[in-house]
Formats: sequence, structure tokens, C-alpha cells
Amino acid sequence: MSIAADALKNFEKITPKNIPLVEPLSRGHRGCQGCGEVLALRMVAKAVGSSMIAVSATGCMEIITSPYPQTAWEVPWIHVAFENTAAVASGVEAGRKALIRKGRIKDDGAKIVAYAGDGGTADIGMQALSGALERGHDFTYVCLDNEAYMNTGIQRSSSTPWGAGTTTSPAGLKSKGQMTWKKNMAAIAAAHNIPYVATASPAFHLDLMNKVKKAITVPGPAYVHIFSPCPTGWRCAPEDSLETARLVVGTRIFPLYEVIDGRYVLSRDVKNPKPVEDYLKIQRRFRHLKPEDIAVIQKRVDQDWERLLALVKATNPEAKTD
Amino acid sequence: MARRVGLEVSLACAEAAKLANVDVVAAYPITPQTHIVEHLAELVADGHLDAEFVPVESEHSAISACVGSSAAGARTFTSSSSQGLALMHEILFIASAMRLPIVMAVANRALSGPLNIWNDHSDIMAERDIGWVQTFAENGQEVLDLMLHAFKVAEDKRVCLPVIVNMDGFLLTHVIEPLLMPEQAEVDAYLPPYQPQQRLDIAQPISMGMVGMPEVYTEAKKASLEALLGSYDVVKEHWAGFAKQFGRQYKPIESYRSEDAEVLFVTMGSLGETCMTAIDELREAGVKVGSVRIRLWRPFPVDDFLAAIQGAKGLIVMDRALSPGVPAGPVATELRGLLYAKGYHLPVQNFVAGLGGRDVTRADFRMMLDKARKAFAAGGEMTCEMVGVKE
Ligand SMILES: Cc1ncc(C[n+]2csc(CCOP(=O)(O)OP(=O)(O)O)c2C)c(N)n1
Ligand code: SF4
Ligand SMILES: [Mg+2]
Repeated sequence: MSIAADALKNFEKITPKNIPLVEPLSRGHRGCQGCGEVLALRMVAKAVGSSMIAVSATGCMEIITSPYPQTAWEVPWIHVAFENTAAVASGVEAGRKALIRKGRIKDDGAKIVAYAGDGGTADIGMQALSGALERGHDFTYVCLDNEAYMNTGIQRSSSTPWGAGTTTSPAGLKSKGQMTWKKNMAAIAAAHNIPYVATASPAFHLDLMNKVKKAITVPGPAYVHIFSPCPTGWRCAPEDSLETARLVVGTRIFPLYEVIDGRYVLSRDVKNPKPVEDYLKIQRRFRHLKPEDIAVIQKRVDQDWERLLALVKATNPEAKTD
Repeated sequence: MARRVGLEVSLACAEAAKLANVDVVAAYPITPQTHIVEHLAELVADGHLDAEFVPVESEHSAISACVGSSAAGARTFTSSSSQGLALMHEILFIASAMRLPIVMAVANRALSGPLNIWNDHSDIMAERDIGWVQTFAENGQEVLDLMLHAFKVAEDKRVCLPVIVNMDGFLLTHVIEPLLMPEQAEVDAYLPPYQPQQRLDIAQPISMGMVGMPEVYTEAKKASLEALLGSYDVVKEHWAGFAKQFGRQYKPIESYRSEDAEVLFVTMGSLGETCMTAIDELREAGVKVGSVRIRLWRPFPVDDFLAAIQGAKGLIVMDRALSPGVPAGPVATELRGLLYAKGYHLPVQNFVAGLGGRDVTRADFRMMLDKARKAFAAGGEMTCEMVGVKE
């Protein structure tokens, strides 16, 4: 299978010199100060440009950009419900496909980009997403992962990391907060054998935008999982928002990689990782953790990193990682 | 010229979607709807219908995909039943609020539990308030005709609302009936291609499905309500157009031997046919009885209904669903409320019959009539009885 590789042969990278100036997601939305999720979404929209048809799940990004009669969207945008974004996108794609084939609308090269939070993706929207990926619709799905249900007030999701305190996984005398490990959504997407899967962080904006651009370039379904800091829910300073997005990569907690036609490629080999504590300590959602808890997290992060390297080796023998 | 054919009603329903030249079908199988979507899948696979068939992984996704495809400007069809319809529940309200002209065929079936795949109206009665136009078919020809009419009404610029065509599961969907299959050219003359008012178009960006704050929510609801109420005239207009094109007449309320009737049965769907046979027998025995059948369920045709019951001294309202905790089934509850509001003092006996596929026979109609006449004579309280419960 080389669907993605073929489509990306002449891929023209976004560089500091040609960053798109379009802002399909305009200013004036109602996001919190320092919101990393809307920043990530803005980068997504810039990378796609004015040919984007946005399909939104219910969640922070929907609420803050669409209070009728105002909208922050300069491109066609549709929101239907919380758990069905991928299904709505399937319908948009099928409808356009039929109309183009029947000559009723012209092929304007529009790109369908569905986005949802981690709750809308890894929990309630998982079935619709799996169905849409399996059916092979030509669309890009972006998960904006702020590691909890923020829109409803910081409840845990299956994407909330171990040890994080949320309103439904509070730390207490008998609890360290979330006591399950973060669901690996990118791996689940990749298990659908779709042409393109990637992880990204808004602290690495060119990498993020290029991945989105690749995702919309490959035919068929593509999945981009974006780490999206939420200072409000993580209880960190708004000015530290991007710092968390940088540190999560620098500590190997959230590795940046692509899965192109099933082949794992590291986007950033973190040679000298920082201790996970550097990342944890600037967020009050982790403040109850003891050194031994942090050691547990460090161990898990190390293991996951090794597993990822093994996947890279196994699927992509030419890649140089050491 | 139309062809006379013998066809399973499910297939006739699918053929209607084909004649309507739908662009997208997104559906999930559930008994007794399966033959409808299987036949559509076949028509697409054989190239007889140029459409995208989206084999979704659930009914929730079926209706969600329909919303997406309709928003993209495509003529969109789905079909479901019972548990599947219930799974769509959340999105049904959104589809009408977004003013998307999706057409859905519902093969009416009982809701679990206990699990039961046979006919009654409990699935659709739980969806009375979704804001869709809703019609009920009595026979196969009507299924086909109401389907074509549904697209015409849904897509009318004055309406822009989704439409459900109800048909009794098995009792209708699985029987082979003789019917007139119109020519494609006739259908094309009646139903030109869909011209959306708005669609997801990068040349003319719009935001659809935005947040409605308290300052606008009430007005948004009022606007949807007005669209639904306003659809009444358009429904009738397109039935008139249908009669011109195809020669078959449809009305919001159908009456049978009701002119001098003292007692009227009120039915919906295929039960009307058994009811008419029972009425013929009773008439022969000299009983002044007739029936009124509700074809247009939403928006409810208040004036047509009141006109149809003029002169009656009592009504027997048939319900094929329960409304637990309320002293009548859903249809009777509504009609009693309507009569009260309009100042009528007409006794309404209510019978809940035919739940989960239990047959309702001519003998049952005679029994109901006997009981109702006694109750009317006694002038007592209006009651609701479940028919044929084994003690
Ligand atoms: C069926 C349904 N259940 C629950 C909700 C309430 N709800 C709205 S948004 C949301 C959480 C969103 O979380 P996520 O997807 O992570 O997005 P975020 O707000 O964090 O960006 C919830 C629980 C809903 N709208 N619909
Ligand atoms: S709660 Fe978090 S994700 Fe939501 S708008 Fe605020 S900062 Fe952004
Ligand atoms: Mg979230």
C-alpha cells in the first residue's frame, strides 16, 4: 500500500517563508486566554485554507466560535451534535461525491475536515469515527486533545492522563486523580489501515500545519491527533500553555510521529528527554502527585517510547533511529 | 403510461426513492425495514440508480450522514424502524431545526422490551414532536405515492423540512400488492431535481447548526414551528399536483361511509383496511358506523379532522401504542385535547390494539363498537382499554 506515499511525492512543505496568510478561523471567538485548542484549530484552518469545509463536534471549539448570530468561521461550517462528527462528514463527502458525479455541482476541490475534542473522539464519537475511517471516506479527522471534557467543566475522558485531577476523577485521600492510562487514539486510528495518521502539537506549528496539509492531500481518510493545551482545565497559567505543548514533546510524553501507509515515522527524535516532572509541575491538575507517582509516570513514558521506536523499526526498516 | 405491477411494498418504497433519483442513501438494517435498503443497495450496485449508498455503522450515524449530505445539497433518503428510529432520536430534532429536506421511510415496529420485531406504532409515537412532516400510508400504492410526495413537500422552498412516510412493518412492508408504477418521465415532471436554498459551499460560506443562546432559542423554535404549520397548505397543494400528474387523489383525512355515521372509528395506517371491511359488515347489519383515517399526522390537520367528524355522536379512537401513566393512548390523548379545545363535547372511547404484531380482526372491531356504544349510551367516563389482553 503506497497511497499516501504516492500522493505526497511532490508535497510542497509549508515553511516560515510561505506560511498561509488566510485565517479561515478568524479572531473574535470566545476562547479562554491562552487556549491551546483554538490555537491548534487555527493552525489547522490555515493549513487547509479557504477550500475547507469544517465539520464540528459539540465542545469548546463549537461553542466559542458559533454563538448565533455571530460566527468566527470564514469557511463553510456545520455542527450537528457531539458524537456524530465523523458520520456527518461522511454524509457531506457522499453528498458532494454524488452531486459532482451527476454534474450538478462542479468539483471545486473542497477539503472536508472534521474536528472534535478528545471526548468527542475517543469516547462518545469513537463508533462513528471508526465507521467513517473503515468506509474510506475522503476526509480528514482532527482530534483536538485537551485531555478532558472541558466544555462541560473539566470531566475526565479516556484521554485524560494517569494522575490528572478532573472534576470526575478528583484527587482525594483514596485517589490520585485519574487512575487509568491515556487511550492511544492515534494507534486506534492507524489500526484502521488508513493512508495517513499523525500526531502534532501547536508548539511545533510548521510540523502541525504540514501534517494537516499532508492529511488533506492524501486520498481517503486521514487522522491527525493534536495535543491541545487547556490552561483553564489544566490549571496552569495561560502564558504557560505553549510551554506545556513544547514540554510534552520534549519529555517524550506525547511523541510526534506519522503513520504513512502503515509505516511509522518519527517526526522528532527526542534524544535527551527532559524528566516528566518538568511538564507535570507547571500544571496544577498534577499537583497532588508524590515523587513515587511521578516515577510511575516516567516509567510508563519510557516504555511507551521504546514501543514506538520498535514500531518505527518494524514498519520502516530504513528509518534511522538509535 | 404507468405500469401495473405486483410488487412487495418494501421494493415499491425503494423504487420510489429510485424514481426520485436520490443522490445519497445512508441506512442501517433493521427488521422490517431491511428489504427497502437492500433493494436500494442493489439498484446502486447494478447502476440503475446513480447514488452514493453509505452503509453506516448505526442508525445514529445514518441520520447524521443524512444531515451532512442534505447540507451538502444532495437529495437524501434513509429508512429505519423501532430501535433504529429510537437511536436516531437525538438527531431527528436537529434535522428539522436545520431545515434539511431528508426523506425517511419508517417501517413501524414495536419498541423493546421485550424485544419484538412486529408491527405497532410505539416507535413513531415516541417521535411525535421531532418537527418533521409525517404521513401514514394504508397500502402499497400509497407508500409509493406518499414517498414521491414526501420529496416534493420536503424540498419546497416554503417548507424545507424533513418528512417521514410511515408504513406498517410486515403488514405493509412485506406483502406483495398490485400497484401502478409510474414512468420516470412522469415522476420527473412532478419532481424536478433538488435546488437547495443553501448548502455547504466554499464559494458562499455559511455556518450551519450554531449555538442558540436564550436570546434566540425561542425564536428559532418558533420559526421551525411556523415552517411545520405552514407546510400544511403545501402538503395539500402537492397532493393536488399529484392527482393532476398521476390521477390519484389524497387528502389529509380520509373518510369511509361517514356521512350519516353515528359512530366513527379513527385509525392510522394499514388498520384502516380491516376497519373498512368491518364497517361494510356492520353496515349490512344496519349499524350506522363509519371511519376516519389520519393520513397527515404532522402537522395535524385540525380543520379537516373536525370536518370529517361532523355529525358523529361518538368516536372510537384506535391507538397502536401506549402512553404509560396517562389515561389514553397517544392519539386519543391528542384528539381528546383537540376536541376540548375546540369546544366539542363528543365522547371518545379509546382502544389500544395490535401491539407488537397482535392481529386486530373484524371481530375486534365489532367488539369495540359494542363496548363503545354501551359506554356512549351510559354517558359515563371516557375510557381506554387494551384489546385482547390475556389474563
Ligand atoms: C450526547 C451528548 N452527551 C453529552 C453532551 C454534553 N457535552 C457537550 S460537550 C461535552 C464534552 C466535550 O469534550 P471534548 O470532546 O473533549 O471537547 P472539549 O470541550 O474538551 O474541547 C459534553 C460531555 C452532549 N452535548 N451530547
Ligand atoms: S476551557 Fe480550555 S479548551 Fe475550552 S476554550 Fe477554555 S482554554 Fe480552550
Ligand atoms: Mg476535551
